[in-house]
Amino acid sequence: MTVTVTDLSVARGGVRVLEGVSFDLAPGAALVLRGPNGIGKTTLLRTIAGLQPPLSGQVEAAPDSLVYAGHADGIKPTLSVRENLSFWAQVFGKKDISAAVEAFDLGALIDRPGGLLSAGQKRRLGLARLLVTGRAVWVLDEPTVSLDVDAVAMFARVVRAHLAAGGSALLATHIDLGLGEAEVLDVAPFRAAKMDMDDFDEAFL
Amino acid sequence: MIALLTRDIRLAIRAGGGFGLGLAFFLIVVVLVPFGVGPQSDLLARIAAGVLWIGALLACLLSLDRIFALDWEDGSLDLLATAPLPMEAVAIVKALAHWLTTGLPLVLAAPVLGVLLSLPAAGYMPLIVSLLLGTPALSMIGTFGAALTVGLKRGGLLLSLLVLPLYVPTLIFGAEMARRGVDGLDYGTPLLMLAGITCGTIALLPFAAAAVLRVNLR
Repeated sequence: MTVTVTDLSVARGGVRVLEGVSFDLAPGAALVLRGPNGIGKTTLLRTIAGLQPPLSGQVEAAPDSLVYAGHADGIKPTLSVRENLSFWAQVFGKKDISAAVEAFDLGALIDRPGGLLSAGQKRRLGLARLLVTGRAVWVLDEPTVSLDVDAVAMFARVVRAHLAAGGSALLATHIDLGLGEAEVLDVAPFRAAKMDMDDFDEAFL
Repeated sequence: MIALLTRDIRLAIRAGGGFGLGLAFFLIVVVLVPFGVGPQSDLLARIAAGVLWIGALLACLLSLDRIFALDWEDGSLDLLATAPLPMEAVAIVKALAHWLTTGLPLVLAAPVLGVLLSLPAAGYMPLIVSLLLGTPALSMIGTFGAALTVGLKRGGLLLSLLVLPLYVPTLIFGAEMARRGVDGLDYGTPLLMLAGITCGTIALLPFAAAAVLRVNLR
């Protein structure tokens, strides 16, 4: 289940942002990506998650092992918390949502429509989705945005339990999660030296 | 796939989902035509099939931009793209959900509105069959158009411009079949052409829609 990233170059909007990124993510390990705004952390995560093709380099991961959570939580305002979670569980071929509900303390909100949740509650629901998917490698983009201190601690506990169970996590975050064991990768040194693309046509794609 | 279908239907039926919007629009357009044309039931009977077809087509168009735009805005589309569902399946399920919540109600409402337009009795059967065969193609082509314009701000107008020309063959053969039915002529040929167009769109467009979705998600 090791994810191996080799010499990866990624582009956003036709502009090469990062190049030569290489790392390994072993089961049970967490890797925190750091770097200034706009450096390309989100683009790197989207590439690893398979949402966009890399310019060069490779991402090697076991098939169906990754799950991605981006800035938006994908919560439907007219569906209840239970319906939102059950939908994702079914999409990933799972049924049980009780563990996820318990881990993120959503029990009291279970029948509330997604549209009435606060920003922090929505984020908790978005993160609870990771648990119902049953995937081993979590690719998370700023997972702690709008969470309060208690919820961040809750999230850190969940991540730690996930790692202990043999999963792994790749996170882009600016705050300290209290995950002392997590490695940190500063992506700033990988900033692309040459900003333009080699292939003129690529700029239009 | 079934989970996605039930979710989409549920979203459409719940508040703000737009279910009934197309149907109400269809109703109003068809009711307005006799006011515009005047009380000439022979003229109305002649244009009834065409009016019902154009009304159904425009009503279908109305809800197209919701197919992917809402999922794009709240991030669900990114998550669906990384889920174990192939994008082709997402596209065809979305089209099916759109047809069930928009196309099918239009087919069921058409005979009632046919009365308003004094559609001759012989025309009902071919009208319903032509709409039943043609509206799935409208949903499928519309899903492709929605996939093309997903992520564009106010892409709705562009979507209409892209999709309406693609609706022409379906409209021609659908309306022709209904009109031949009204006139008591044999409508076998337009029926086969219409069925062929629908089968073709359902076979090909999910792949095209999935390909443009992947490009738009980059």
